[in-house]
Amino acid sequence: MTTALTYPPRTLGPEQEAMRAEVRAFLQKEYAAGGFGRGQEAMARYDLEFSRRWGQAGFIGITWPKQYGGRGLTFLDRYVVTEEALAAGAPVGAHWVADRQSGPLLLKYGTEEQRQRFLPRIVAGEAFFCIGMSEPDSGSDLASVRMSATRTDGGWLLNGTKLWTSLAHICHYMIALVRTSPVNPDNRHEGMSQMIVDLKAPGVEVRPVYNLSGEHHFNQEVFTDYFVPDENVVGEIGAGWEQVMSELAYERSGPERILSTFQTLVELVRQVGDDPSEVEARAIGRLTAHLMTLRGMSVSVAGMLADGKMPVTEAALVKDVGTNYCKEVPEVARLICPPEDGAGSNSRYEKMLRTATLIAPSLTIQGGTREILRGMIARGLGLR
Amino acid sequence: MNDMRTLILDTAERIFRDLCDQALVDKAEKGEWPAGLWQTLEDSGLTQASVPEERGGAGGTIGDGLYFLKTSGRYAAPLPLAETLIAGVLLAEAGADVPAGPLTIAPVRAGEVIEFRDGTLSGTASRVPFAHAAAAIVVATSAGLAIVDPKAVRIERDKSMAGEPRDTVIFDGASATIVGKVPAGRVWQLGALVRSVQMAGALEGILAMSVQYVQDRKQFGRTLSKFQAVQQSLAAMAGQVAAASSAADTAIEATEAGDPGVSIAVAKARVGEAAGIAAELAHQAHGAIGFTHEYALHQFTRRLWAWRDEFGGEPYWQAEIGRQVAKAGADNLWKFASRT
Ligand SMILES: Cc1cc2nc3c(=O)[nH]c(=O)nc-3n(C[C@H](O)[C@H](O)[C@H](O)COP(=O)(O)OP(=O)(O)OC[C@H]3O[C@@H](n4cnc5c(N)ncnc54)[C@H](O)[C@@H]3O)c2cc1C
Repeated sequence: MTTALTYPPRTLGPEQEAMRAEVRAFLQKEYAAGGFGRGQEAMARYDLEFSRRWGQAGFIGITWPKQYGGRGLTFLDRYVVTEEALAAGAPVGAHWVADRQSGPLLLKYGTEEQRQRFLPRIVAGEAFFCIGMSEPDSGSDLASVRMSATRTDGGWLLNGTKLWTSLAHICHYMIALVRTSPVNPDNRHEGMSQMIVDLKAPGVEVRPVYNLSGEHHFNQEVFTDYFVPDENVVGEIGAGWEQVMSELAYERSGPERILSTFQTLVELVRQVGDDPSEVEARAIGRLTAHLMTLRGMSVSVAGMLADGKMPVTEAALVKDVGTNYCKEVPEVARLICPPEDGAGSNSRYEKMLRTATLIAPSLTIQGGTREILRGMIARGLGLR
Repeated sequence: MNDMRTLILDTAERIFRDLCDQALVDKAEKGEWPAGLWQTLEDSGLTQASVPEERGGAGGTIGDGLYFLKTSGRYAAPLPLAETLIAGVLLAEAGADVPAGPLTIAPVRAGEVIEFRDGTLSGTASRVPFAHAAAAIVVATSAGLAIVDPKAVRIERDKSMAGEPRDTVIFDGASATIVGKVPAGRVWQLGALVRSVQMAGALEGILAMSVQYVQDRKQFGRTLSKFQAVQQSLAAMAGQVAAASSAADTAIEATEAGDPGVSIAVAKARVGEAAGIAAELAHQAHGAIGFTHEYALHQFTRRLWAWRDEFGGEPYWQAEIGRQVAKAGADNLWKFASRT
């Protein structure tokens, strides 16, 4: 008997390596043609045209059935596609959420009509989604969401505010978690539902919230008697909590949780050169050992998803260990290659080090904070 | 997992559960050879699981033997199981028969050389695990692999902080015959691999002990497991243990597939780091009882602290990986890290 969570090593097969070659070839061609600039935290960076080309090349929705434009491939294939994009620092932000979780959510809980209406456009890189979960008074305690949906003729009227919504300003749709009945103090998870919100329709105002670097990444959306037609309700009224939880399993253990500061490591290796000192070699070797181990765990979770499992706790653990690792990369880099000693503020190393330092705080907050994830792990250990 | 491996691991689990308790480990650390446990394991074919039948083993793969070692780590088994595995693998690779009984290997430290000239050995190997208790010492000499009878050499006994024998063996004048070749660095590489695997097992052991303990112990009218600070720290420990176990398993699988590449270096570096962090957290969760000799936690944590430094500690293997990464170059880092 063991208590530990296990991550059986999963070897990627020739199909996945063929997929990798296909993605690499595409990215190399794009990069050479000036199609994108390499950056960090690739899921926060976007380029609508890149997303369209990426979709047209067949890299969005690859696990979805062919009838909706997908390729009917496995989670392992998807893993390879996304890790290659992230490692190359490609701007995948626009289609990211739709590809990772909105599409799969619609496949699992959506109506046939919804699948036909949305999935082919997502696959083509033409419909972008964002996540409408958090609110001003509901962060970690997601079950406390207040945004109300009241019944009206042929649909629902939304009133309330969503907050921290990444890239809402470039997205077409949000999947919002709303209250369709008042809180039941005996079961707080009741009475929530998910709805597709067309962000271009009247009744919703999207306002920028600038992050600490002054960038416009996330937003606040204020809803005033915003009308959601019945055909935009996802799944069952009242089953929102369960649906959201299944969505988060896809969100948590992907390669984005281990590669957010990868470009800093790349530039650090370049900075150090091919004849590193003992101290430099150790630092780079340690970060690489962590990265390779995390990747093995993350691939293992993708394998579990491919096998039809729901590795919720395993995914939470990878996100916890992975995001802490990502935060460590710039901290280690600055100690072994102090930026003030270097090539000046325009060097690529310094740019990457700076952005990594500036995004670091967000990594252990978004998608479930460190403390919330560790609470989930503790539950998995049987402590709660 | 195939049937053979399931059988091996189930058998091992049962034997360790029945025989390898705290008292046995304690006696072994005081110098009493656990003959019964050894005999039961040997009779079940577990001590040479990875050696072909025609060479005297059970005919399993190297992965079988390594996963068995992981299980032994979960019980702090006080026997040269890892050393016997390495000796068996080296002999089988060299095309030689593998003697019965507990085996060990020498030299195990960087820079130590045992010379072979005209049928005679010279040189000293230090910190040789279980040398005085071994039926034979398999020595990687300057001229190849030799099997040496411990009675034919001078042995000065010593112990690691885990209470495991780490003896000095003075080979000067002992006669030997070379039974085959051994590639340079092979002992060191296998050594790093087995210690990674044993540590991964011991880490799973201390996580299980800690989880159990905080559910049993009550303070302030409730079990420790109800305190969020305790939950958070065990969750952090679970992260280290899972990473360690994954790194060790990855190295096992790569070795089994015949191309370990950088996986052993990654495992030793990553597991060694996890060992220190997780041992610290385990002791914190246990309070004073964990600091006593009466309670078994130290049997695992002392092993972790000793094993992480053997066959190259984290700095050694980190630097090894770092130099390979630097040589490959920044633009090949991703290729390096995503090689599967
Ligand atoms: C860059 C970024 C992008 C984001 N994008 C989106 C998005 O697209 N869509 C969306 O819906 N949301 C998004 N979020 C919001 C994110 O999901 C929340 O920030 C997160 O759930 C935490 O909520 P909070 O910020 O309100 O912090 P709080 O919940 O107020 O937490 C503050 C601190 O208290 C701790 N804490 C809270 N509760 C507990 C507890 N029970 N036990 C122990 N500690 C606790 C937390 O761990 C944290 O350290 C984004 C956030 C960031 C930073």
